[in-house]
Amino acid sequence: MKAARRTLLGLASTFVLGRSRLAFADAPAPAAEARLVVVLLRGALDGLAAAPPYGDPDYARHRGDLAVAEPGQDGGALDLGGRFGLHPRLANLHRMYAAGEALLVHAVAGPWRSRSHFEAQDLLEAGADQRMESGWLNRALRYLPPEPAGASRRAMAVGVEVPLLLRGATQVGSFAPAGSTRLEAPLWAELAALTAQDPLLHPALQEGLRARGYSAAVLAGTEPPPGDRNGFPALATAAGRLLAQPNGPRIAALELVGWDTHAFQAARLAGPLGQLDHGLAALQAQLGPAWRQTAVLVVTEFGRTVRTNGTRGTDHGTAGCAFLVGGAVAGGRVLADWPGLADGQLFQNRDLAPTRDLRSLAKALLRDHLRLPAAALAQAFPGGAEATPEAGLLRG
Amino acid sequence: MEPTAHIAAIRFGLGIRQGEVLPPEPVAWLDGQLRANDGPPLPAGFTAPPTTQEGFAAFRADREAQARGEAQPKAATDFFRAEAAAQAALLVATAQPFRERLVQFWANHFTCSRRAGMVGPVMGAYLRDAIRPHVTGRFGDMLLAVARHPAMLFYLDNAGSVGPGSRAGARRGAGLNENLAREILELHTVSPAAGYTQADVTEFAKVITGWSVGREGQPNEPSGSFMFRPFGHQPGPKLMMGQAFDAGEAGGVAALDWLATHPATYRHLATKLARHFVADDPPPEAVARLAAVLQDTGGDLSAVARALVRLPAAWAPLTKLRSPQDFVVAALRLLGGAPTPGILALTGFAQLGQPLWAAPGPNGWPDMAAAWATPEALLRRMEFAWGLAGRSAGTGTALAAAELALGPLARAETVTAISRAGSQREALTLLLACPEFQRR
Repeated sequence: MKAARRTLLGLASTFVLGRSRLAFADAPAPAAEARLVVVLLRGALDGLAAAPPYGDPDYARHRGDLAVAEPGQDGGALDLGGRFGLHPRLANLHRMYAAGEALLVHAVAGPWRSRSHFEAQDLLEAGADQRMESGWLNRALRYLPPEPAGASRRAMAVGVEVPLLLRGATQVGSFAPAGSTRLEAPLWAELAALTAQDPLLHPALQEGLRARGYSAAVLAGTEPPPGDRNGFPALATAAGRLLAQPNGPRIAALELVGWDTHAFQAARLAGPLGQLDHGLAALQAQLGPAWRQTAVLVVTEFGRTVRTNGTRGTDHGTAGCAFLVGGAVAGGRVLADWPGLADGQLFQNRDLAPTRDLRSLAKALLRDHLRLPAAALAQAFPGGAEATPEAGLLRG
Repeated sequence: MEPTAHIAAIRFGLGIRQGEVLPPEPVAWLDGQLRANDGPPLPAGFTAPPTTQEGFAAFRADREAQARGEAQPKAATDFFRAEAAAQAALLVATAQPFRERLVQFWANHFTCSRRAGMVGPVMGAYLRDAIRPHVTGRFGDMLLAVARHPAMLFYLDNAGSVGPGSRAGARRGAGLNENLAREILELHTVSPAAGYTQADVTEFAKVITGWSVGREGQPNEPSGSFMFRPFGHQPGPKLMMGQAFDAGEAGGVAALDWLATHPATYRHLATKLARHFVADDPPPEAVARLAAVLQDTGGDLSAVARALVRLPAAWAPLTKLRSPQDFVVAALRLLGGAPTPGILALTGFAQLGQPLWAAPGPNGWPDMAAAWATPEALLRRMEFAWGLAGRSAGTGTALAAAELALGPLARAETVTAISRAGSQREALTLLLACPEFQRR
């Protein structure tokens, strides 16, 4: 009896899945059903650690023991086809790449050359070369058909804050699942360091962190933090669930902090990378069949220095990497005009030189994924005509 | 040390508000608040300050609804929430933070708590009627107003205390309840240092028998207000701490006045004031100075507040730990912009273990760092900072907020950490969670 039930259920779900897959394959999804997720990595992800260019002969020389080992070695990169790899914590992303649903864009940056987090984040989200009160994604929203009566607002911030990216004239929703507001390990470590001279607060904080499983080695940055599955994956799960609903939002913005790895980078990156990776997997799982209509843009405000600094970390740089993930993405490849890491090839003799523009990725998503008119692209990115939409990022 | 605006606003105030211009003359700024009017805003949904009668009516409404079979009537809870939110919003917004700190201090000295039945919905009235009018008046007047207030009479059970030798005692076999008498001696006035005995507690309890609250719907009783019940009062003179007090309501008034002006009371109050505003272990000379001012002025709370801000020790570096309420209020004042600051503050108070008007016992909330610097409490404080920073990012730079909030009190390493943070949210969290911001 039990077995029969299982068979029936299995058949039923296969049938539903098969039918929806067929439907999507036959007719391209109307723009109103396309899902767009933007993940903001605040704090400047080190593109050379997340997507190590292990094929570049200068990579290991610059990075020393911060270099991710070559594929096949212990703790080595996950190969992306001979030149680039992914950090070993990005196993789900690697799986999506192998399935043709993830694209790595490297040596990419926005048009700004500021190395200030706040200025660069504001410009990244505003989509302009000066600060604005609204974000590029919000300005693009008005070109979408209005949401049907009774449906959620078209776009939603998933998290406590509505990021500048989604602020503006068009109203957006916001939702923060319980448990998604926990502090990440790197910030705990920094708080512990800030209280180091305080005879009252420091011992109490240390004891509290110990009780929660943060060992002294984690706080010293010599060991990665305990796996915290409650932060970003909870946000991504909520986003995926909402985006999958028939009357749910179609556009979501999420953010993940903890990337500003000035010290002990190898240990401190492991946590946020794992969060990102589990979050992307959660998003895919929750979206179910709608994953086919989904594109996820993962961006950060700038990259980090090519050489390591004196505290086993990296400082603020220029170009880095971005990811485009989802069933709607023509993935399984690396998009890069690699500038090289030889000393004469670095931007201002310190950073990875930018050869691609983040705006071209965003514009391509607006044009080819949401199918918005040229006017929407111009509104979203004022004064950015030189950044033309990147062709071919999405499946037919 | 020189009086500075930041120490004035943090030690004596509630933290600096967003956009606040710091006073050039800190002592004059503090003095000015002692002369200012005290008009707390009305709770949402009220056109006049809620009375004790209305508070008790909310209780009755719940009882009657329950009798009708309604599952969870919440008139009293709603009443309490409206009052508490108004008080919390005032803490976040007030431009007279020193005055409000004094209100908080005296309300904690004379703790009433919603943990006891009936008290919750009259807490707002208690502060308005018994505490606020006297924070810059005479201590004896405040003590008398407190001892006559329905909130206290119910909280410490005196409303039903009956003299065993009274007519009511003889008829009903009812008797003394020592609770209020004991706490007035131990917590509110002379303290155990005065060396009173159990016999003194019992005698004082007899002195204030019949101090009660009028019932609803009884002819000749002021519903929901103080009343003296002569038939419940223990007849005859009483001897407390060697002092004779006549029978009748006047005997109780005389006893309270005698206690209010006792040298041991002044020492006790001076110690508590110095501990609250100066340091957990205040310098003895600071305590002695405050006690002397109280003694010389007959318990003038305005005079002792002025003396407080003139203590050399009051301008020393800040060592006190902000209580959870202090911390939440300071954070909300600094970041500003919350649409419902009162509700946000109440939620924060509760999350961090210090819900408003809900102290666990009549001794009130602790005033020593050790009570609040527990590991889990500190982590929660930092998580609250993180949550609040998430709501507030984008309202200005964290460095500017740090300069405003801490000025010269910010350590270089804190400023460096804030300026190097990877996001505005992390930067604000570092500011709100740094050791300097925990001090007052």
